[in-house]
Amino acid sequence: MAAVLVSTTINGDAVQYACPPDESLLDVLRNRLGLSGVKEGCSTGDCGACSVTLDGRLVCSCLVLGAEAQGREIATIEGMAQDGKLHPLQENFIEYAALQCGICTPGFLMAAKVLLERNPDPTETEIRYALAGNLCRCTGYDKIVHAVQASAKEMRKLNKKKSRKKARA
Amino acid sequence: MRYESPSTTREAAALLDKEAGVAHVLAGGTDLLVRMKLGHIEPDLLVDIKRIPAMKSISHSARGTRIGAAVSGAELGEHKAIAKAWPGVVEATNLIGSDQIQSRCTMVGNLCNASPAADSVPAMIAAGARVVVVSRRGRRTVPVEKIVTGPGRTSLARGEVIEAVVLPARPARSGDAYLRFTPRTEMDIAVVSVGVNLTLERGRVKTARVVLGAVAPTAILVPAAAKAIIGTRLDDDALDKLAAACSAACNPIDDKRGTIEYRTKVAGVLARRAVKIAFQRAGGA
Repeated sequence: MAAVLVSTTINGDAVQYACPPDESLLDVLRNRLGLSGVKEGCSTGDCGACSVTLDGRLVCSCLVLGAEAQGREIATIEGMAQDGKLHPLQENFIEYAALQCGICTPGFLMAAKVLLERNPDPTETEIRYALAGNLCRCTGYDKIVHAVQASAKEMRKLNKKKSRKKARA
Repeated sequence: MRYESPSTTREAAALLDKEAGVAHVLAGGTDLLVRMKLGHIEPDLLVDIKRIPAMKSISHSARGTRIGAAVSGAELGEHKAIAKAWPGVVEATNLIGSDQIQSRCTMVGNLCNASPAADSVPAMIAAGARVVVVSRRGRRTVPVEKIVTGPGRTSLARGEVIEAVVLPARPARSGDAYLRFTPRTEMDIAVVSVGVNLTLERGRVKTARVVLGAVAPTAILVPAAAKAIIGTRLDDDALDKLAAACSAACNPIDDKRGTIEYRTKVAGVLARRAVKIAFQRAGGA
């Protein structure tokens, strides 16, 4: 099987790799690029543990081929904290104890981040629907929902401050 | 296995035609890659259609709305004009899987996967949608209901690929709806589903198409159900006849998710609800 050469962008960095044409993006990220924050759960697109974004859209990396990433932009959990500072969602997952074993956590964080970018003030129902593609067997979900609600509130405040600063400048 | 991502439909058709082994079209991959992982299929060639502009675009003309075969569920849901004209089709497509799946899944993939419970299929058939089938020999336009021939089987010949779905031009006072029954509220597969599309004239149903999903080996168009409501304002008698026609058309499987008796009964109940929604959307009172 001839390897496919792929040039892509991951968390803002230009990356090149070679992989067999039937290898999943999940396996490329974990085994070739050492980005092991992406977790493997079901490998059939049901659990969301392997969630990353592809050109800004949330996908299960187990259901994307590494070959498909040519020229695209990928974001993983490794790119979520900026300049050594955790994202508000990461802070609140810790604060609200929204994890136990942690396997589902990177996927939940990616899904929640995409949700809040699209909808900064989601209702509880909207949060539960948006996270329906991520399974957690430890928390019972309530703590995750609370962490997302708290983050949404915090991020709305931050954004307000930012836009006020911009208006003054 | 080889992976190819051509930039035209012609090129895709040529690749499929030339392949001596097993070739599959890759759109969203949400069914195909699972089947590969489970070992159900072992392709020699995958033709990724997502880099073909004609398959990634949505366009309108006097004949209707053309949705490329690689347009994802999420992209369709974000298209305001289609969501307004065909809420039933869009809602049905957006019911497929999670947000992660929506980012990738396509209506045409849903159709070609040929599951009896595919959500977008009854809605497309109710809409009178057609698909543009391309091969090296040329192109043909086929009604959606002619594509699936049984669970996992389609009428597409070797070397053929679907380029787009075309929803017909919408007459005034038209509405569509899609409802499905699932034991869970999200992330589930239809036990029974109903797609309805109708047009009104002077407050009465002028034309209608009623389609059932998950109650037979393929989605089924039920002309007797449409006949029951044509010429009416959906009075109780018409709705009873509609429900009876839907139940009579069922030929479901019997499993833990729904017995034959249950699926047959629920088909009528869901059909009543779906036609009421479509009627209201068409401006009926």
